This record gives sequence, structure tokens and C-alpha cells, in this order.
Amino acid sequence: MKCLISIVLFFALNTSFASTIIVGKDKVITSLKQAIKIAKTGDTILLNAGTYKEGNIIVDKSIHLIGVNTPILDGESKNEILTLTGKNIFISGIHFANAGYSSMNDFAGLKIIDATNILIEKNIFSNTSFAIHIANSMHCTIRNNSIKGTNKSEHSSGNGIHLWKCSRMLIENNMLQGHRDGIYLEFVSHSTIRKNWSEKNIRYGLHFMFSSDNSYLSNTFRNNGAGVAVMYSKKVIMLNNHFEQNWGASAYGILLKDITDSRIQYNTFFKNTIAIHMEGSSRIQIEKNIFKENGWGIKVQSSCDENNFRFNNFYGNSFDLATNGSMMLNYFSSNYWDKYEGYDINKDGTGDIPYHPVSMYSMIVEQNPHALLLMRSFTISLLDKAEKAIPGLTPANLVDNQPMMKPNKL
Amino acid sequence: MLKLSRYVLYDILRSKIVIAYTIFLFVVSLSMFQMEDNSSKAMLSLLNIVLIVLPLVSLVFTTIHYYNSYEFIELMSSQPMSRTRILLSEYAGVAISLLSAFFIGVGIPVLLFAPNEIGFALLFSGVSLTLVFTSIAFYAAVVARDKARGIGFALLLWFYFALIYDSLVLLILFSFSDYPLEKITLLLSALNPIDLGRIFIMLKMDISALMGYTGALYKDFFGSGTGILFTTGIMLLWIILPLWLAVRKFRKKDL
Repeated sequence: MKCLISIVLFFALNTSFASTIIVGKDKVITSLKQAIKIAKTGDTILLNAGTYKEGNIIVDKSIHLIGVNTPILDGESKNEILTLTGKNIFISGIHFANAGYSSMNDFAGLKIIDATNILIEKNIFSNTSFAIHIANSMHCTIRNNSIKGTNKSEHSSGNGIHLWKCSRMLIENNMLQGHRDGIYLEFVSHSTIRKNWSEKNIRYGLHFMFSSDNSYLSNTFRNNGAGVAVMYSKKVIMLNNHFEQNWGASAYGILLKDITDSRIQYNTFFKNTIAIHMEGSSRIQIEKNIFKENGWGIKVQSSCDENNFRFNNFYGNSFDLATNGSMMLNYFSSNYWDKYEGYDINKDGTGDIPYHPVSMYSMIVEQNPHALLLMRSFTISLLDKAEKAIPGLTPANLVDNQPMMKPNKL
Repeated sequence: MLKLSRYVLYDILRSKIVIAYTIFLFVVSLSMFQMEDNSSKAMLSLLNIVLIVLPLVSLVFTTIHYYNSYEFIELMSSQPMSRTRILLSEYAGVAISLLSAFFIGVGIPVLLFAPNEIGFALLFSGVSLTLVFTSIAFYAAVVARDKARGIGFALLLWFYFALIYDSLVLLILFSFSDYPLEKITLLLSALNPIDLGRIFIMLKMDISALMGYTGALYKDFFGSGTGILFTTGIMLLWIILPLWLAVRKFRKKDL
């Protein structure tokens, strides 16, 4: 809504005195740099189809740059392509290709520095080391862009959308592929990231650090090298996201490290090696999520406290829950566990005997990972049964006192 | 040889034990698929049947059958026929009957309700384990002279492969946890056909967990082409070796 108002405002303000400059190979003005030079505040530049190799182009006034039939801005693998600074700038319909790579500078397809009120829409980025790099900016909207990297190694490629020290940003409906991190946020606050599709990135689909008060809604993170990492932040809201097929030695659906006062609700975790890994996190509401066919549903380290796990559904995970010690200060209630074998005599929908979601075997695997090879063995299930009868190794207070008999309706 | 196998088959069918076994497998598999709302949980229960019940039945049934048809074998030995052929026809007859029981009892429900990768892995393991344990049972039966001892020996073998072996592996893993155990665990798994069958199914069933740190190593090995060849090769070895030992023993045995 915020951005809509700002867009409407700036169209309303501009139409009265703005002029339009057309750039094209067969037009009077053939170079984008020249057009920007003569453009005044509020002008629109229409960039016709064609390939423009003009090195680093800098926009420092309030203009609209609109591509007609997706013109290509080519960085020839040695330059940053477009640099924006200022306010009220609108970029749309442009294909950014081949930004340079340098180990000294973060070259990007589109870099935005010290700016406010920027709208970046319907652009294509290919083979740009950083696709969109935003620093020290406010009130920007990045939406409907298609961003595709080239899957190089972790240190030689940049992030899809990289935000540093920003606030009140909206990142929406972007398609991100093959970068280091799909979306990276550091010192970002009061922002919304929604409906993005981030897949096949080398490291994390979404990675944020020191970024409090943000919401992540309805995104899909698929098949990334290590899933999603969330670190050192407060008041994070993650709703309706999909975490799928994040497979690997240290791949997580979500990795939570020092996160407090957050909500993780209505998400779906499907076929991840570890759906949620938590460490040093407190006061998180993990509710109404679906954990399906993951290696580990949740790994809660003993350093977590006061987290609430309620109304989640666990189906077909190799391990529902694992922990690394005997201390457990978190609260589990009303989850559906497909491995629960209790009964419900009074027919109130919750099982009459408490369920201990951590099995003996998951403790064994935690201590000795090689024991993974014995999974589903008869001996192991005997051990598990014995432990269920007389708990010795598993944390006694890690228990769901009201396990649901049927899956929670979500 | 085929003729002899056919007689063995008729004989087995007449005893009705195999038919009962078929019906048991069929009813159990069907009810599991009916009871559980998602087929993966039913597959889990079937996995236990394949890994526990199948070897046990193959072992006990084969040994009992051998001792029951001892007189028939003696009679055949008096005919102009090589002893190798007699034993191999016996093996073929028993194996075919057990395999068809498995196919009808477990194969059909699996193909109906879960015709996926896990299902085919389960069928492969089931077939291999039936053949392996029939072959081991023949060796046990040929070695032991009297019936009680033979069945006892077979049961002991089952106990070893199904239960004791994994405990030993666990013991080794914990005693030597400070050492790199990757290669050793691969070797250990090859020494027990039940483990090999279980890992083969697990690769399809718990793929997500196996992508974790150490798991990825096993996944890379067993999941690759060489891994599948390795599994099949070792299984074949487990079928051929006990049978060959049994034949060798049987040829020189004073019946």
C-alpha cells in the first residue's frame, strides 16, 4: 500500500511538467548516458529494444527509465551496470546482463545507494554477480523481477537481492536462482519479503542477520545449498512459506540462531534434511506448520528456551525431534505425531498417554552419526521400545502431554 | 532337473503351508495399506515383515521341507542322477514356491497401492532375502544330521542376522567412535544380507535424513551405479556361496 501511494503520488506530481525522451539505435539519442544527462527531474526515458554497452551508467535524478521490448544493458563482464542514488526513481522492463566480478568491489547489475522511494519492476537479470544490491536506503519496492545467476562457487558469486542497512522495503514476487544467497539482508528492518521463489542458490535461499521486525510471507525456498538461515534477529514473522528439498550435509529448512520473540506459523517443510534447526533461540511461537518426509523435523539444541511448539503436524519424518542434551526448557503441546501409538478413551481428540517425540535412536545418532546406517533395524526399534518403557537417555521433560489423535486442521 | 523341481513344487503345494503363508502375507499387506491413510507408513510396516518374517519363514520352512523329503531325496539318489542336480532341483522348487508366495502376498498389494521407487526397492530386497535365506537353510540342513538340530541351527542363524548382528555393529560403532569408520561400516553392512536389504530400501525411504553429514557418504556409495552393482553382487554371493557349500557337502555326504 505504502508503495502504491508513493507511485500514484509521483505520477500525479510528474505528469504536469515531465517530458519523454526516447532512446534507440535509430532515434536521435542513441545512448542512455546522453539521455540521462539531458533528462530533468520527473522525465521519462523510454529505452527501445537493443543491446547497450555503455559501461557503468549512473542515475542520480528522479526519472523513470522504462524498457520497451526488454532492451539489454550489457556490462561486458567488467562493469557494474546501473547505479542509482537519490529519490523517486522507477526502473522497469530492462534486461541486465553480464555484470563484472571483482573481489574488491561488490559489482552489481543494479546498485542502489543512499536512496528513497525506488521502484524496480519487471526486470531480468542474468549473469550478474550481485543482481540487485541496495545499501542505506528506505522505501524501495523490488517486484516481479527474474534473477538468474550462473551457479559459480560460493566466493566468486554474489547475492540475488542484497540489502544492507535498509528499512521499509518491499520485496515481492521475484524469481531468484543460482546466486550465492537468493535474498540476503543485513541490518534491515520493518520490511516485507513475500511471494518470492528462491531456488538452486549455492548457499542460502534466504539469509538474514541483525534484521529485526521483518515479515517473510508466502515465499518458496527450494533446493538451495543450505536452505534458509536466520541469525541474530528479533521479532521475525515467517508465515505460509514453503521449504522444500533443501538437501545436504548442513542443509536446513530454517536455521535459527539467536532469534527471539518470533513467529513461525503455517509453513510447510517438505523433504529437507533438517526442517528446523534451533540454537540459542527463545520465545518463538512455532505453530500450525506441516513437517513432511524430512530427515529431522526439528533439532532443538539445549540452548533454546521458552519456545512453544503447538498444533504442528508431523508426517513421515525419519526423526521428528532431536536434541543434544538432557535439558529441555521448551513447551510442546497439541501436535500431531504420526508415530504416536497411544489411545484416546474419553474421545476428546487428544491421546491419553503423553508422547515423547525424541527417540532413543535419535540420541544415539546425535552422539554417533555413523549409527545412521542402522536406521529401521529391528534391533533399533527394540531399543526404542525399551527406552519408551523406561526412559533413561532421552530428556524426560521433553514431552507432548496432549498429542492429537488426528492431524490438526490447518 | 525341471521335472524334479516340478515334483518338489507339487509336493510343497500339497502341504498347504505355503498357501497359508501366501494368504498371511496378502492379508497383512492389504490390511496395512487399508489401515494407514498414507502409504509410506504401510511401507514401513511391510519393511519389518520383509526384514524379519521373510528370512525366518524361508529358513524354517526350507529346513523342515528338507527333512520331510529326506526319503524322497534318498530315493532319487538311488536313480541315475547326479547329486548336484537333485539338490539344485530341490532348491529351485522351494525357492520358486516361496518367491511366488511373496509375489502374490506382498508384490500384488505393493504394485496396487504403492508402485513407486520404495515399492520396487522393497520387492527387490524381498526377493533377494528369500533366495539368500533359502540357500542358507539348505546349507544348515545338509550340515546337521537330525531335524531338531537342523532347525535349531537355522533359527540361530536367523537370530544372529536379524538381531545380534546389528547390536554388534552398534557396539563396534561406539567402541571405535574416535576412528574413521566410514569404510568399516560399509564392509560390515555387506556381511549381513538383512542389513544390505534394509539399506537398499532405506536409501529410497529416508533419503532426506541420509543427505546429512555421514549419511551423504553412504548415499553416494549405495545410491550410485557401483553401489547398486555392489548390493546386487553381494546378494548374489550370499545366494550362491551357501548353496555351493551345501552342494559340496551333499555330494560327499553319506545319506
